[in-house]
Amino acid sequence: MKYTLQKGWSTPVTIAVVLVVAVATALVTALLVNIYERKDEARNRFVRLVEVDEDTTDPEPWGVNFPKQYASYRLTAEPTRTRFGGHGGSEALPEQKIERDPWLKRMFLGYAFSIDYRDRRGHAYMLEDQENTLRLTKPQSGSCLHCHASIMPLYRELGDGDAMKGFEESYAYSYQELNAQLHDLGHGHPVSCVDCHSPEDMRLRVTRPGFIQGIRALAESAAPVPHLPSIERWRAGSRSEPYDPNTDASRTEMRSYVCGQCHVEYYCGGKLPLTFPWGEGLRAAAIETYWNELTFDDGSRFMDYKHAESGAPLLKAQHPEFELWSQGIHARSGVSCADCHMPYQRDGASKVSDHWVRSPLLNVNRACQTCHRLPEEEIKARVEAIQQRNFELLQRSADALMALLDAVAAARADGATDEQLAEALELQRMAQWRLDFIAAENSMGFHAPQEAAMVLGEAADYARQGQVAALRWNEPRTETAAVTE
Amino acid sequence: MSQNKTEGATESQRARRWWQVPPPVTIAVAVLLGVGAYTFQYAEGLSYLSADPAACVNCHIMQPQFDSWQKSSHHGVAVCVDCHLPHHFLGKYLAKAENGYHHSRGFTFQDFHEPIRIKGKNARILQANCIACHEALAHDMLAGASNHPDEVECVHCHANVGHGEPAGLGGPWDPQEIRRAAR
Repeated sequence: MKYTLQKGWSTPVTIAVVLVVAVATALVTALLVNIYERKDEARNRFVRLVEVDEDTTDPEPWGVNFPKQYASYRLTAEPTRTRFGGHGGSEALPEQKIERDPWLKRMFLGYAFSIDYRDRRGHAYMLEDQENTLRLTKPQSGSCLHCHASIMPLYRELGDGDAMKGFEESYAYSYQELNAQLHDLGHGHPVSCVDCHSPEDMRLRVTRPGFIQGIRALAESAAPVPHLPSIERWRAGSRSEPYDPNTDASRTEMRSYVCGQCHVEYYCGGKLPLTFPWGEGLRAAAIETYWNELTFDDGSRFMDYKHAESGAPLLKAQHPEFELWSQGIHARSGVSCADCHMPYQRDGASKVSDHWVRSPLLNVNRACQTCHRLPEEEIKARVEAIQQRNFELLQRSADALMALLDAVAAARADGATDEQLAEALELQRMAQWRLDFIAAENSMGFHAPQEAAMVLGEAADYARQGQVAALRWNEPRTETAAVTE
Repeated sequence: MSQNKTEGATESQRARRWWQVPPPVTIAVAVLLGVGAYTFQYAEGLSYLSADPAACVNCHIMQPQFDSWQKSSHHGVAVCVDCHLPHHFLGKYLAKAENGYHHSRGFTFQDFHEPIRIKGKNARILQANCIACHEALAHDMLAGASNHPDEVECVHCHANVGHGEPAGLGGPWDPQEIRRAAR
């Protein structure tokens, strides 16, 4: 065939067409590579570049293997704030809660929280903030490190390989002593990957001895736990082995249990090993019963502290998030802690858990909207309505407790004895336990709004009963003056 | 050679021989066709003509929706296309083409709202399909026309008949998000 370039197409046209086709080819190739990358991401594999084991408390090597999760875990150092929680803005220490709400300070007189009690910062600061709190000017037990450090290797060290034994000895150490050992062993890290994940296969697991003992006691009790079906299954079974969350619980339950290792009520003083009070159930009154039936080794009544003003033997609620969540509609519907506080997020074609643990109010899109098909503003407004109502009831219950304390102080000034004030002081213990249970809990009632309202209602009622008892300190005792439950 | 002369001489030849493509163009087009065909095959392009639910999770965005459909009451009686595409031939392929375009554009450029939600035209297709199958039941409930904009959708209440559990998945962070959260 007779064919020349000049006769068919002119050179500029040929060049132009080749260029256009080249650009089109480049775009198709880019699409091909994009599709390849997405398919590759979807295989969801990881590359084990660094070996990690039970003693790898430093999160950084884990982060080499799991860069996505590590990147979000590191963000817990970011300051975040909501209407009722957190701390926003600067490097400075968070605001003092006890200055914002003076009733907190009066309630805690005689306890170190009256010295220093601030808004919380993220997980990244849990150890540093604890090492620097002014509460350490009073003697503090080594038990505190159960939750503020990646402590399991130290427990194994203390117990010659048996972590449970090491744990049971750790309460007798002072905080400073145990913390120094922790740093000497190179484990001075806040909660870390190894605390919730098995280094072998990354599956979720619980490590904290306090939780393992506590959930076992809960399983052995008769308290209803419809939100924890593996416990109900265990109860119905042979019970030949004690309940073991690491083998018996479902993945959904584990996504709450790992948080329940620390976000709970416990005793962390120096007179007993760290204790999770779940042997009677998870509700405020059940935990109170548990504490009331407990005595110290010397036979004296269990208490967290003696109130410096009234002399009442008091309980201090820690931060019973797991317990309050257990009474709420989300728990009952099978929604775990991680579903809202560490929601799944899409990353390219893969699905990762957001390890930037924070308030769902800062993450409504991923935390709430995956289930609730409502606009973000509507969801926020509903949460804020619940929290605002809880806040108002909380303040009102606090007023009632302050009135009780005023009445006790007036009675003391008029010469009332401990015996004459016994009923008022017992009612202070009951009222304050309930008020503190909701005040110290970190959801402003949201985790279980009806339960929170009930507990606060009881707090106000007991406080007013106590006020009446203190006002009548010098009236003759009658049979009917007994506390009404 | 002079340009005028060349143009004049080749005018008729070009018209006659437009298909006589110069070798560089031939090669370039061949490469484009080859890469294009492979990309189409690699992206499982043909699967989109089928009714197989697996095709809907080719690009992974729909994985939670696929998983939750497997746990739904309709799992045994309806696949994706039974609810999400018109039942007649022309409408089905028009909807496939339109959604296919939007989905591939969205997934390639990663610029869509998450969790993904059905809306607009697709919600109307879904509603029509609920009624199409449940006609005998729905007949007495729907007095008159069923295309009123305020008409309650079946899935407003029956939210988990098609997807048995919450199906959404939040998206990746956008670069501003950390700053916003910290504010």
